[in-house]
Parts: sequence; C-alpha cells; structure tokens
Amino acid sequence: MTAATAAAIPNAPAEIPLLDVRDLTVEFSTRRGTVEAVKHVDVTVGKGETVAIVGESGSGKSVTSYAVMRILDRAGRIADGTITFGGVDVGKASEREMRDLRGREISMIFQNPRTALNPIRKVGHQIEDVLRQHAQAGADDAKSKAVAILEQVRIARPDERYHAYPFELSGGMCQRVVIALALACRPQLLIADEPTTGLDVTTQKTVMDLVVELTRERGMSTILITHDLGLAAAYCDRVVVMEKGRVVETANSHAIFSAPSHPYTRKLVRATPRLGVTLSDLLPEEEGAARTAARTSSRANGANGASHTTSSDKPLLVVEGLVKEYPRKDVSGGGGLKAIFKRNGAAPAPDAPPPVFRAVDGISFAVQRGESVGLVGESGCGKSTTSTMVMRLIDKSGGKILFDGEDIGAIPARQFARLPHRKRIQMVFQDPTESLNPRFTAARAIADPILRMGASMSSKELRMRCEELATLVGLPLEFLDRFPHQLSGGQKARVGIARAIALKPDLVILDEPTAALDVSVQAVVLNLLQDLKEQLGMSYLFVSHDLNVVRLLCDRVIVMQAGRIVEEGPTEQVLGAPAAAYTRELLSAIPHPPL
Amino acid sequence: MSETAASSSEPTHGIVAILKHAQYVIGENKVTGFAFGLFLLIVLAALIGPYVVPYDPLASNTTSALQGPSARHWFGTDQLGRDVFSRVIVATRLDFAIAVFSVALVFLMGGLAGVAAGFFGGWTDRIVSRIADTIMAFPLFVLAMGIVAALGNTVENIVLATAIVNFPLYARIARAEANVRREAGFVQAARLSGNGEFRILLGHILPNIMPIMVVQMSLTMGYAILNAAGLSFIGLGVRPPTPEWGIMVAEGAAFMVSGEWWIAFFPGLALMLAVFCFNLLGDGLRDIIDPQRRT
Repeated sequence: MTAATAAAIPNAPAEIPLLDVRDLTVEFSTRRGTVEAVKHVDVTVGKGETVAIVGESGSGKSVTSYAVMRILDRAGRIADGTITFGGVDVGKASEREMRDLRGREISMIFQNPRTALNPIRKVGHQIEDVLRQHAQAGADDAKSKAVAILEQVRIARPDERYHAYPFELSGGMCQRVVIALALACRPQLLIADEPTTGLDVTTQKTVMDLVVELTRERGMSTILITHDLGLAAAYCDRVVVMEKGRVVETANSHAIFSAPSHPYTRKLVRATPRLGVTLSDLLPEEEGAARTAARTSSRANGANGASHTTSSDKPLLVVEGLVKEYPRKDVSGGGGLKAIFKRNGAAPAPDAPPPVFRAVDGISFAVQRGESVGLVGESGCGKSTTSTMVMRLIDKSGGKILFDGEDIGAIPARQFARLPHRKRIQMVFQDPTESLNPRFTAARAIADPILRMGASMSSKELRMRCEELATLVGLPLEFLDRFPHQLSGGQKARVGIARAIALKPDLVILDEPTAALDVSVQAVVLNLLQDLKEQLGMSYLFVSHDLNVVRLLCDRVIVMQAGRIVEEGPTEQVLGAPAAAYTRELLSAIPHPPL
Repeated sequence: MSETAASSSEPTHGIVAILKHAQYVIGENKVTGFAFGLFLLIVLAALIGPYVVPYDPLASNTTSALQGPSARHWFGTDQLGRDVFSRVIVATRLDFAIAVFSVALVFLMGGLAGVAAGFFGGWTDRIVSRIADTIMAFPLFVLAMGIVAALGNTVENIVLATAIVNFPLYARIARAEANVRREAGFVQAARLSGNGEFRILLGHILPNIMPIMVVQMSLTMGYAILNAAGLSFIGLGVRPPTPEWGIMVAEGAAFMVSGEWWIAFFPGLALMLAVFCFNLLGDGLRDIIDPQRRT
C-alpha cells in the first residue's frame, strides 16, 4: 500500500461523512513561541463508524478531538483547516451553536471517570442536568428517564444507584455513569478519550463491550482515542495512527496488524506485547536482532545468570501466611456519616462483620535467587499491599517475611531504613515522575542511596559511580544534571531503575514499572530490566495487572484475588493452561487484535 | 523518539535559569516588574540610606520647624525642625529589619513546626495545630500588643510578637503542603534509599515546599511592616526620637488638623508603598513558581 492510498480512506462510506476534518492545524502559544501540536491532519468519520486514533503521548491525538469539540484551552487555537460536523463548520460556529452541539450531537468520555463527575452531586441528578440542559426531559419525567439511562448502561439496581455519589461507586461503575451522561441525549458522535486507561482489564472489557454495543444499537459514530493499539484494533473499524502531530497511517483494523505500511506503525505494532513474542521482538527489527544475539552468546559463554539461579538452593525470599488488616471505616456499607454516628452510638449490632478488612489474607510464596516472579491481579487484590510489606514500608498484621533466612517482617518499618538489609531490597516505582524528587537532579537522585547507605566516597568517585550506573541503564550522561521535569518519561524511568540498582540489591520489587510509559518506551525498559537481571543476578518481584507484560519478563506467576493467591506456577503453565477460573477470566479480557 | 523529546530545550542550570525565568515573568507582568523595582529601592534605602540623607534625622532645628515641602526640605520638617525626608529614608532600615527578622523567625518556628506536624501526624500534629488554634483565637493585633506590653518595649519583642501572630499562617500552610507529600513516591523512594524520617523531612520535603513558603514570606513581609508600625503608632515598641514610620505617623497625626499634612503623609506613603510592594512581589513570585503559569 502506498502512502497516497493509505491517506485516502479505505472503505469510505458512500454518503457524506458525519465528521470531516481537513488539513487541521492546531497551534499552542508558549513562552518559547508557537508550537504546532497538530499538523495538517485529515480524519473522516462516517455515520455509524468506529474510528480509533492511536498514538503515543504528545502525538496530538487528544488535541485533535478537543479541536473537534472546540474545547482547546486558552493557549491553543485552530490555525488552519476545516472541521465539518453534519454540515456545520465547527471552526466558524458561534459559541452558542457549539454549546448546542456539545452534549446533544457530540459528546465525550474522559480518561478519569472520577474527575469527570461532580463529586458532591448524586449521579442521578447529574444525568438529569444534562437531559434538562438540552431539553430532553422536563421536571416531571427527568427522574424516570435518568433511571432508564442508568439501566441501559447495565448498572444494577438503577433506582438505588440514582441516589449514589460518585465516591460510593467503583471506577468501572463511575465510567458507566460517565457513558450514561455522554449518551443521555443520543448524540450522533461519541468521542472516547482513553476511556479505560485507569481501569482493570476485566472492567476494560465490560466497559468497551458496552460502548460498542450501545453505539452500534443507536447507529452512532465513535472516535476512540487510545495509546493501546491492541484495544483499538479489537474494537474499531478503522485505525488512524498519529505521530508528532501528523497522521502517518490510516488503515482497516485488521490490516494495521497484518500489514502496517508506515515504519512508525510497524514500530508500534512490534512494541505491543502480545501472544507468542519474546522481549527482543518488541524492539525495532535491527535492535531486537542484536539483542537476541547478545543474549544467546552470553548464555553460551557459561551464563552468568544461570550460575546465579543454581548457586544456592535456599530461596531468597519466603513469605509465610502474610496478613494485612485495616480497620474497617464503614461497617454498614452506607455513607461516611453513618459510620461516624455509629461510632458515637451504643455497641455495634451483633450481626455486623468484623471491624477489620483483610487486604492480604494469609498468603505464602517464595522467590528464588535470580528468579523473577510476577504478582498479578486487579486493583484491590492486595498485590501492592503485599509488595509494600515485603519492601518493609508498612508493617504486617500477621505471618512471616523471611529474607535470606531472617525474619525481616519482625522489624518495624520505621526502623528498617537504618538497617543494612535496606540495601538489599529495592524498588522501582510505578510512576517515574512522582517517585523522583522534583528538586533533585538525576545524578543526585541516583546518588541518594549511595550517600545514605553506600561506602563513603569522595564526590568525584560518587560522580563516577553515577555515570557508571547511568551507562548501565542507558541514560546519556548529559542528562545527569537535569531535573525530572526536563526529562522524558522513559528517561525518568531509567533514573528510577538506576537508583534502585545503585547498591546492587538482591531483590528488586517492580511495581508496574512500565504502566505510565508509552509502548515503545515500555519495550525498551522491559528489555533493560531483563538485561540488568542477567548482568547483576538480581531477583525480581514484578507487580502488575498486565498479563502480556508479565508473560515476557517472569519465570513464575502468582495470581491474586481479594487478598488470596488463586493460582501459582511457571509462567507458561499459568498463562497457557490456567487452572483457576479467575485466571481464565483475566486472560480472556485482554483485547486480542484481529490477526 | 520520546527519549529526545526533552532535549529540544537547552538545559539551563541554577541561578541563570532562575534569572531567565524571573526576566520572563517580569517581562510578562509589568506590575511585578514595578514591584521588583520598588523592592530594590527599599533595600537600597535600608542599606545606604543613613549615609546619603541630606540631614541628621535626629538633629532638631527649632528655627525651621513645621515647614512645608520645599527644595531644601523635600518632605518638609516636623515640629522640632527635623527633616522628614531624611527621617523617612533612615526609618526604612529599622522597619525593613523588623519585617525581615520577624518573617525569618516565623518561618523557622511556624514552617518547621508545620512541616513536622504534616509529615509525622499524630501527637506532633495535635500539639502544633492546637497551638496555632489558640493563637488564632485572639485578635492578632491585640495579641501582639499584649506580648510587647508583657515582655517589654523593645525592637526584639516587636519582632517576636510579629512572628508569633503569624505563626498559625505558616504552620498551617507548611502542614498542608507536607501532608500531601507524606506518601508521595519520592518520599517512599527516599525511605528505600535509607533516609531517616528527619532527613526526609528536612532534605526532601522541606525543599519542595520552599517555593510556597517564600511566596508566603513575601506576602507577610508587608503585614509585618504594618504590624511593627501599628505597634509603634500606639506607643508600644520603638520609642521616639528613633525614626520609624509608625511613630512618625503618630506624631504627625496631631498636626494634620492644623494643616501640616506632610509630617504624617510621607511616612504613611512610605509605609503604604512598602506593603504594596511586598504584596505585589508575593503575587509575582507565585507566578514564577507556579508551573501552570509557565506555559
């Protein structure tokens, strides 16, 4: 397929498209002059069509959709091009016309459902507001219509949920309410901006299934904005790939995986973790091949990594019957006020559940030397609580944590920072931005553990060590003197990794280390982690909800649900032939692109 | 690709970057530029004022008492024939010093107590918060009067009183800012790096809330000057014949009725400009540190 035909729309609907974006350029004025966030973009969406706009952060995919809604912030403006929606020129429409268009004709679902809902207003009332705003309901029938809409988005007991506040609902439920709000006025076009990014994989599946079903049912068009190529290909008719403000490829969703034409698309497709690939497959072709060659040769040369795994048969970390209990704030299951009144009242009702919540409910597992173990589960399953306890940042309620034969669980978390064990257990955090002190340079951040716990060294030696570590994690040395806000996501992740390995720890806990990164950066970071493990002989405890990533990096997998371990075993066995129903459910929820 | 995204702008370091940013903010906001100029003028007057003024601020000359503004006496003379201009300029040092020291003191007391309260929580938090609540239960100026009256009529006690009445403001801001950072990723990372709790507090949390505290300091500087002048005005604190804006306004107030407006007007104007300058400067500093305003 040539570039010219790729730019033309395959399977173009015969009639006039519902949304026609032509030659759109959006500029932002910043202190360093004008920046073009979107450059000459053409996108068309036909009636009833589902189109995905895929790209990594900074590709301009969200800005394009904001321009369509004309909700760019003050610094941004449409510099060039036309946006035609159902015959209306959006660029020239008055603010009054736009208000009519938004919500009634075009509506939007945002990434974080909780921030999109008014936290102090009942969800039912929020739906009513939209209905009345657009004269879809009067005072008498607003409530019944709102309940009916809640029912349509498969919210159980809609009569009761009508009175719920957003904080009383789970993330998935909130997103359903947001969808209900977006669909309340039966718009013709729905723009979903990363609608499932913060959600668990099973919730993602139900939410996406719901969106697709509802929009098909009503003949609506949908634009799905996402960074996840797999999700886009699984749910959309057409995929538009954007890079640095430009559309690089437009193709049918099955063609994008089988025959990507643009090099950037090929890179994205390669970097997306999927069935039957290895870590080096994720990298661009030449790099990946070099990586594979290096790995096989190092294994052949007497394999450092292998000697580590066999050097000792005693496991590095043994967790026995670990329990973490939290006091239950809300015994009745109602609002927070009720709990306060209850506390002031007489003795609790005899049939009340025990006033504690077991986040981790008696789990046992072991991590061998040089092994990487994946700890998998959905949010709230207790995996992060477990890793934080092993990390000795919080105290356990019961059970044992044996590290190299010693019960480190018995040492209070507050004292642990001063003990020599601290050096041997380190962690790479989920959010590379948040885990770096904004006022420390990269070098200072990497040096911090060495300064506190390492052998004393002169500032020159320290600098040398930092440079050594930076080289090890592939961070160019000139970035060492930059502050976090001057680094990209991938560079910040490298700084976080360099800091974690600065003292040559035995066990590194990886808490979703790539969740906040773009797929191409994720591919590089995962390969880096694998290389470091082989070089330094560390053990990894990899905490993640992304089974595709776990499959690539881990030798063994532990699946957790509601504070308990439901399945444990070698990666191929657990993910290839899962025994537990829950594991099967998790696996089936991963969006599989049509191949 | 995204690896090189951040390298588009040349990294600038330390003082150069700060100056560049300050230049940008002042250029964008003329009012901040004006306030900054005024601030430099005040600092200059405080530093070299006593050496350059045309007359001795304490020397009385009854033959030229109560003269209006003229070429010889720009701001006129007071009832003892002292040159008001010289006195206004010389007073800058004392008023500025009271403000600077009281703000520094309250930053040390309130800022540190607040950070500790926000970070440790529990009893530290309870004690600090209750102290702040107690101080806030009094009308602040009356409390300052009481402290100076009880401890004695000296400049040090004015500084102390001004610091104490501002304590709740600093403690509360520092507490709130420390509290949100208590479980931040970089604090956890610092724990993993083997930092003790106190080191995290002083080395990791405090530097991160400094920008907010600096803005607060600039804003309370104006109030501190006003407070010191107010205490002197009602006869507490600095005593005549020391040149001080508050006393000068108090002394000149009696002559307003008989038409000699300049004795009270010029020190009052100086006071107003100083307070105005610090408030504007605070707003300007807030713009400098607020990353959302950087676009």
